[in-house]
Amino acid sequence: MIIYIPGDSAALSVGADEVAAAIARLAPTATIVRNGSRGALWLETLVEVQTPYGRIAYGPVTPEDVSSLFDADFLNGGEHILSLGKTDQIKWLANQDRVTFARVGVIDPLSLNNYRAHGGLLGLMNALELSSDEIISEVTDSGLRGRGGAAFPAGIKWRTAAQAASDQKYICCNADEGDSGTFADRMLIEGDPFTLIEGMTIAGIAVGATQGIVYLRSEYPYAIATLQKAIDIARADSWLGKSVLGSAHSFDIQIRVGAGSYVCGEETAMLESIEGKRGVVRAKPPLPAIEGLFGKPTIINNVLTLATVPMILAEGAADYKARGVGRSLGTQVFQLAGNIACGGIVETAFGITLNELINTYGGGTLTKRPLRAVQIGGPLGAYFSTDQFETSMDYESLIAAGGMLGHGGIVVFDDTVDLAVQAKFAMEFCAIESCGKCTPCRIGSTRGAETIDLIIQGVRVDENKKLLLELCEVMTDGSLCAMGGLTPMPVKSAMINFPSDFTGAAR
Amino acid sequence: MTMIFEPDFGTPASHKLDQVNLEIDGRTITVPADTSIMRAALVAGIDIPKLCSTDSLKAFGSCRLCVIQVDGRNGTPSSCTTPVAEGMKVSTQSEKLDRIRRGVMELYLSDHPADCATGDECEVHGIAKKIGITTSRYANAETHLELVKDESNPYFTFDSTECIVCNRCVRACDEVQGTFALTIENRGFEARVSSSGTSFIESECVSCGACVQACPTGALTEKTLLTIGAPTSSVITTCAYCGVGCSFKAEMRGEELVRMVPLKAGGANEGHSCVKGRFAYGYATHSDRITKPMIRAAITDPWKEVSWAEAIAYAADGLKKIQSESGVNAIGGITSSRCTNEEVFVVQKMVRAAFGNNNVDTCARVCHSPTGYGLGQTFGTSAGTQDFESVEHSDVIMLIGANPTSAHPVFASRMKKAIRKGAKLIIIDPRVIALVRTPGVVAAHHLQLMPGTNVAVINALAHVIATDGLIKREFVEERCDAQSFKEWEAFISLPENSPESLEASSRVPAGQIRDAAHMFANAKNGSIYYGLGVTEHSQGSTMVMGIANLAMATGNIGRKGVGVNPLRGQNNVQGSCDMGSFPHELSGYRHISNPDTRKIFNDAWGIELQAEPGMRIPNMFDSAIVGEYRGLFVQGEDIAQSDPNTSHVHAALRAMDMVIVQDLFLNETSKFAHVFLPGTSFLEKDGTFTNAERRINRVRPVMKSKIGKSEFDVACELATAMGYPMSYENGAAIMDEIAATTPTFSGVSFKTLDELGSIQWPCNEANPAGTPTMHIDHFVRGEGQFMKTPYVPTDEKATREFPLLLTTGRVLSQYNVGAQTRRTANNIWHSEDILDLHESDAQLRGIADGSWVKLASRVGETIMKARITDEVPAGVVYTTFHFPESGANVITTDFSDWATNCPEYKVTAVEISPSIKGPGAMIQTHIGGDPQLDSIVRMANQIAANLPTADAPEINLAHHIVQFWTPTMIERLHNDVNKAELSPVVLKAIEILLVRN
Repeated sequence: MIIYIPGDSAALSVGADEVAAAIARLAPTATIVRNGSRGALWLETLVEVQTPYGRIAYGPVTPEDVSSLFDADFLNGGEHILSLGKTDQIKWLANQDRVTFARVGVIDPLSLNNYRAHGGLLGLMNALELSSDEIISEVTDSGLRGRGGAAFPAGIKWRTAAQAASDQKYICCNADEGDSGTFADRMLIEGDPFTLIEGMTIAGIAVGATQGIVYLRSEYPYAIATLQKAIDIARADSWLGKSVLGSAHSFDIQIRVGAGSYVCGEETAMLESIEGKRGVVRAKPPLPAIEGLFGKPTIINNVLTLATVPMILAEGAADYKARGVGRSLGTQVFQLAGNIACGGIVETAFGITLNELINTYGGGTLTKRPLRAVQIGGPLGAYFSTDQFETSMDYESLIAAGGMLGHGGIVVFDDTVDLAVQAKFAMEFCAIESCGKCTPCRIGSTRGAETIDLIIQGVRVDENKKLLLELCEVMTDGSLCAMGGLTPMPVKSAMINFPSDFTGAAR
Repeated sequence: MTMIFEPDFGTPASHKLDQVNLEIDGRTITVPADTSIMRAALVAGIDIPKLCSTDSLKAFGSCRLCVIQVDGRNGTPSSCTTPVAEGMKVSTQSEKLDRIRRGVMELYLSDHPADCATGDECEVHGIAKKIGITTSRYANAETHLELVKDESNPYFTFDSTECIVCNRCVRACDEVQGTFALTIENRGFEARVSSSGTSFIESECVSCGACVQACPTGALTEKTLLTIGAPTSSVITTCAYCGVGCSFKAEMRGEELVRMVPLKAGGANEGHSCVKGRFAYGYATHSDRITKPMIRAAITDPWKEVSWAEAIAYAADGLKKIQSESGVNAIGGITSSRCTNEEVFVVQKMVRAAFGNNNVDTCARVCHSPTGYGLGQTFGTSAGTQDFESVEHSDVIMLIGANPTSAHPVFASRMKKAIRKGAKLIIIDPRVIALVRTPGVVAAHHLQLMPGTNVAVINALAHVIATDGLIKREFVEERCDAQSFKEWEAFISLPENSPESLEASSRVPAGQIRDAAHMFANAKNGSIYYGLGVTEHSQGSTMVMGIANLAMATGNIGRKGVGVNPLRGQNNVQGSCDMGSFPHELSGYRHISNPDTRKIFNDAWGIELQAEPGMRIPNMFDSAIVGEYRGLFVQGEDIAQSDPNTSHVHAALRAMDMVIVQDLFLNETSKFAHVFLPGTSFLEKDGTFTNAERRINRVRPVMKSKIGKSEFDVACELATAMGYPMSYENGAAIMDEIAATTPTFSGVSFKTLDELGSIQWPCNEANPAGTPTMHIDHFVRGEGQFMKTPYVPTDEKATREFPLLLTTGRVLSQYNVGAQTRRTANNIWHSEDILDLHESDAQLRGIADGSWVKLASRVGETIMKARITDEVPAGVVYTTFHFPESGANVITTDFSDWATNCPEYKVTAVEISPSIKGPGAMIQTHIGGDPQLDSIVRMANQIAANLPTADAPEINLAHHIVQFWTPTMIERLHNDVNKAELSPVVLKAIEILLVRN
């Protein structure tokens, strides 16, 4: 008898541990697997039981529901008010195209056997048969682009690092997931950590790096614990270490925990932080792929980028690039958050519309009030109005619409939102989180918040709007990194898409 | 006079050899690869606004004023962080760039005072004006204009209201100085420069001034700039403190010195400075300065101010009277390493030509005389082999008996830079000096030996290199004397020289010696730097030869990144030695016995030089006490405070009939003087100093002489009054005479120096621009000479009565006997000498941290405060000698280097005990016996003990005595010494000397 009860942070936050304890009390002989979350967050705690017909789901389960579940014989798939039927037939999940998240919520995150049984390590074993050049070509051909937000082709970055001559190279995984409304990195690490380890190992072999570092934010204690356990298991299994799976390659991984700075998610500030310094942005060039961590060639990729690599090496580049549109190939792990009825992870091929994501998957606002705005791509992303809901969700279309995909986080607001206040918040966020190095970001963000405040108060509105737009240009063109460079995006998009909020009159 | 302006090209020069062609604003420009676009533009005369970049620091890219556009590339990158590329087309001006620059400047102005205290010094307003924007439109803006000034540092203020957070100060502290005292606190809008959370004075800041130098605004400003005002003229001159010899711009407002600004073009310092040179110059105009001559009949009489003519006549009459009564050799002089080459040359000439003897010595006697002897024997000349820049090419640096972060701070910064780039550091020192572990630096090895065992350690290192097959045979065969190498190799390979055999003496674990030896021998470029911890020992000269042997055996001579480098203590030690200040040598290290050399001077000066060496300083003291030596001219040196065994020195001075002191201030020595002749500070001098890298730097008069004449005029007038007319129109004329009589200086003149900036000697027809690296193809002496270096433990041993070993040194803020620094605000950091001791020694004696302790040796005692620290090992105590009250040299003894009589300052057996009051020294007023005879016996036996026994030591001993002893001393060795006190080798040597006569 196997019962799956997620051990993921999101599930724990709604009482998964209490549910597990209650079930364990009544079914002392059952095997309880603490899997990752399936990503349907409104259904957590989502309890699944393994039956001869497949995994049957119940949710959202609270500890109070447990005795009635036993009364309904849920251990044998019995009917209950919380019954969701077969998990893989839940429409919300079944309609998705899970590639990166294929195993998340399905397997026991720390069972290597389970991992192998679900196709784990196939990619790495294939990679071990290939030359560095062949691995990189495969990644290049797949069309995989950086999922952290910059969308830089992963293969090109890898090739640069591979060609840099050095006695030491590094693979740095950026798991400093600080964008508002994003949680995919955390859920992947907690739900399928071996995938990340496998992706990093493949990257190491491809570019000749022997040391991997995962920069993980301190706000993710469960992810840190899970990943550390997974690394220990991989090491004990002779996967990580001097001889990767018995090959001539050496690769190991350590975790560095961040200290709560948003800007340390910027890749060069992250390198400074890993080196033990203040998290301050570096000027580029030199590119980290040539001179990165401790001055050595360094691949910096996001969790989702690296976690997608094993599948590409296992199934082939063609399989992956068959998905998507234009130059946005493969799948994107969207994260629906904010004021939304059915929030969570939606992994689909690029090209889905915003409307499908928000309404078909998300089910509209949680408050049931009319939806007014969505912010895509974190706190530096643009605010979209409902007029733009037919926008195709891919890198190029979003840029054309004045926004960006970022890390794929989508935050929904209903009609009570004041976009001038949100614009001011963007500037305030930047003022607090800016590393303080370059002038446009360091001073400009504070001046921006002050100026928007004057607009809200109705002080010389036209003059201040002009000044604000000029400031936005200076920040966009003059800032050293994307932090200051992108802060104007939410501000300007709010001004353009919601002009009525910037008239100085009370809303 | 006008202001000297050094252009700032924004980013450091690239040293790449391949050239890149690019187009900037339509102009084709060719620069070395890796040059920044900013530098390429600025060098070509195309202006790009900038605030956060300066060419002493790596590009940072924070101010965003220097943005440019590049054809075919997106965006507006900063030109400071973007390197040039072949065929690149750059625009520095466009409407877009203008908008960004104006927008950025408007942001700066929104959080910056409308009028800065330093006016035009503030680059923000200068650039704002240039871009055409003077005010900010931002209303109700939050600012930092209410922050409070930090005035805790005596020399500069930190005014955060003017700070633009460009990080130049922080980066200068890191990259230039290497102290890491500054940082940025907080982030975003709240990011502010901070001396790591405390006030500047309480922080790790060493007041080097690099941050002040780097600051583009008035945030970090010299206090004198605010009190005196903006300078109106500047003069390039040379610092008068340590042997690094930094070049400065002295910036004046009228007759008043506003500040000393380190010169970027200065070969020694390249724009860097330390707290002493940068800020501690106030002594030069201190009210203690004596500017009128004074005389008195007896040292118990009060001083009487007199005219120059009267003072000179009084001094000359006194000296002449002595000579008429006690002979021509009864007087002499001491030259100063603080004075210019020209002043030193004139004083030694006065002694040799006007006094008519060779009784001239220099204060280098008590610091680097073993360097002269040791390097002379092995390489053929007395000088460091490299320029300072060389250290940046070293892979392994061996630092022996030197504490550069305190004593040679600007060089220490270079060394730290090399270490941060990856060079390994091996430290040989009894103390845990800062470089053992300091931000950015961790020594690979610290061989913490017992004081007095240097030779044991250097022999053990060489033993490992010889016996583990690490000798660079190719170098040795090509460059060194084969016979001497063969003998040395056999000697050093003896089991008695193994690390295991010597471990008991040195207390350095044999394994550590072996590791360090391998590290040094395997280095591509291994360099050795050393200080007084090498020379001020009974085996100082042996140790210098041991160092030279090690460098030759490992092939580390004759190119960049290697070499043997004495770190000279005083600004002109090298120069005063070069100028013929030693009793046995004429300028350029030529022995007085050489008739060809003497002929040059006899012809030039119209005299007949004595052919035998004159007295060394300790010989002078010994002879004074026995009444044979009665008159002394002391140029700028406080021998009563700085020479060892104060009681002995005082007795000698008291015994003399005419002591003439020339100095800026009354000092310990002038208490025993009959004539006081005022001297000039470095700000008034016209001449040259020669630093530890043999670099001859110009010292230019910044202000009018406060004594109404040049300092060298005084010696000339005294010589003239003695009956030998001397006069020079200016410093240049003296240098011309030096060049005419000294082959290594033959190409040097003030004119050439003005053209080249500085010159490293030798400078002659073969090397008209000087010689940065010596011994490139062959040694000065031809083939390098290996010298056998038997380890002979010092006679100064810890005993039951005096169980601890005292060693001495310096701190950063004070300089030597403190005559200068004690008259500045530097006292804020160090206002008294402190005795450092280990906790176990303190507990054993019931001594508490900060309490008074009595420090006693067999020659004297003094009282000072104790500091309990683990910087010294148990059994070793340490102090400085900056303050006369503490009388550290009351404790030190007459023991000295066997070859040169350099005092053994670094080892004195002492005992300490708690004291209820302090400070103060107890100086004996009566010295009995015949100290001259005692010295002769001690010296003869000591030299004999230090000569390798296998090589007919009696012949070498006789040779040594003839080379360095006065005829009187040789005579007394023959006639007056109780032969039973002499070793058999000495007795045999006497026979040889008799035959020779």
